[in-house]
Amino acid sequence: MIALFWICALVAIASGIWTISSRQPVHSVVGLIVNFAALAVLFLTLNADFLAMMQIIIYAGAILVLFLFVIALLTIGAQPIEQGPGRLAFQAAPSVVAGLAALLVMSAGLRVAWSQSASAPVLDLGSVATFGQQLLTTHVFAFEVTAFILLIAIVGVILMAGRKELRF
Amino acid sequence: MNPTLALLITTAIKAGVLIFIVVTSFAYLMLFERKLLAWFQLRVGPIWCGPWGLLQPAADAVKLVLKEDLTPATADPFIYKIAPALAVLTALMAYAIIPFGTFPDGTPISIANPNVGILFLLAMSAVGVYGIALGGWSSQSKWPLLGAVRSTAQLISYELAMGLSIVGVLILAGTTDLHGIVSAQSAHHVWYVIPQIVAFVIYGITATAETNRAPFDLPEAETELVAGFHTEYSSLRFGTFFVAEYVNMITVSAIGTLLFLGGGDGPFVSVVPWLSILWFLVKVAFLLFIFIWLRATLPRLRYDRLMAFGWKVLLPVAALNLLVTAAFVALRGHGT
Repeated sequence: MIALFWICALVAIASGIWTISSRQPVHSVVGLIVNFAALAVLFLTLNADFLAMMQIIIYAGAILVLFLFVIALLTIGAQPIEQGPGRLAFQAAPSVVAGLAALLVMSAGLRVAWSQSASAPVLDLGSVATFGQQLLTTHVFAFEVTAFILLIAIVGVILMAGRKELRF
Repeated sequence: MNPTLALLITTAIKAGVLIFIVVTSFAYLMLFERKLLAWFQLRVGPIWCGPWGLLQPAADAVKLVLKEDLTPATADPFIYKIAPALAVLTALMAYAIIPFGTFPDGTPISIANPNVGILFLLAMSAVGVYGIALGGWSSQSKWPLLGAVRSTAQLISYELAMGLSIVGVLILAGTTDLHGIVSAQSAHHVWYVIPQIVAFVIYGITATAETNRAPFDLPEAETELVAGFHTEYSSLRFGTFFVAEYVNMITVSAIGTLLFLGGGDGPFVSVVPWLSILWFLVKVAFLLFIFIWLRATLPRLRYDRLMAFGWKVLLPVAALNLLVTAAFVALRGHGT
């Protein structure tokens, strides 16, 4: 099991680096697919079966397909490998600050997680029934807020796409 | 021996045997299809290779292997080479969890039986689109790109209605575990095709669209797109796409059998448990026959009609079916 963790962790990091460093946008999408697959296997090693499947269905199966859809249409015929993207200015300072902030949040999170590990309630989050139960009882407020945010996005899309027909 | 290692080795052997069986049945599915299509059109079909054309798949395989493997000069070589492998990988992954029947002691005959079974199958079908999308894009020419874009839009649209039609069955069975769904059907003494007939029809239509079969074979519409997403592919790479399409067809038939036709349930199974494998295979073959029948009978849809049908007819009907099923189960307090 621990070997599986190390393999997946290394694959996830390598594919993440590939995603941000490749010159060809479609290669970045492929890197991200590999990254999501490795993450899904990591969820499986934590007995979070349902989360692993959702990771694949929603992120790898739906969201990234749309990324690919748009990128494939925009980059056809272009030769971005030779041209390469323009370099962003002032990268060093913000990236150091963001990196330090991420390190701080991660170490704080790990400290909290490790200090609670003995007393934390053990939930069988892998099974679909427990996950659904928790989602619609304990976390129902977050669930409803997320649904509301998605609703706003849908209304926004309809408004922007059909502006000529819809006069309010 | 180390138990983890032993588990790894037995799983690898099971997977190897299963892949061999699936790929062989793909070869004979192709012959079955050509024979049936021929009979539908009053022809005889392949007859020259072996008795009754039985060696035709072997001849086709040899022909494909010996062809030259071309890569267009403008193609993205890396993606172009991995796309067919991705397609066949996701197609074969589904067989990790499909139960082919029941052992005499009541356990399922499958490599694994996770409690998220049906979600795993949906995940593999969702990821399966990358083979087509990346293959079409990486060829860097217009027909493959159009085919890939069409296929992506089609698969995303029909996946929703398919998911909703499956949820009705999950509510009746009260589980997402494939073996559990099959046992629930034999425990309730009813195959879900009867209470969920609407869902079964929607599943059938969306499964045809998901596997890019006629009348939904828009991604490779010969009259408009040459050969769609695999126009530039030749030799074994073309063959790999071909394998993926037919293996997917067997997969969706197997899922339809498990969800709606009671899996390995049938006469005399309680007396001779091994018969469950036979009933399962008979039902899968029946659904495959319907696939081929549809191809021989129906003309291809126009692209805008296909999209309108998916979003404006299938999705609302599937949602309504789900609502009625959920209300029924909630009012009764339990499944069928």
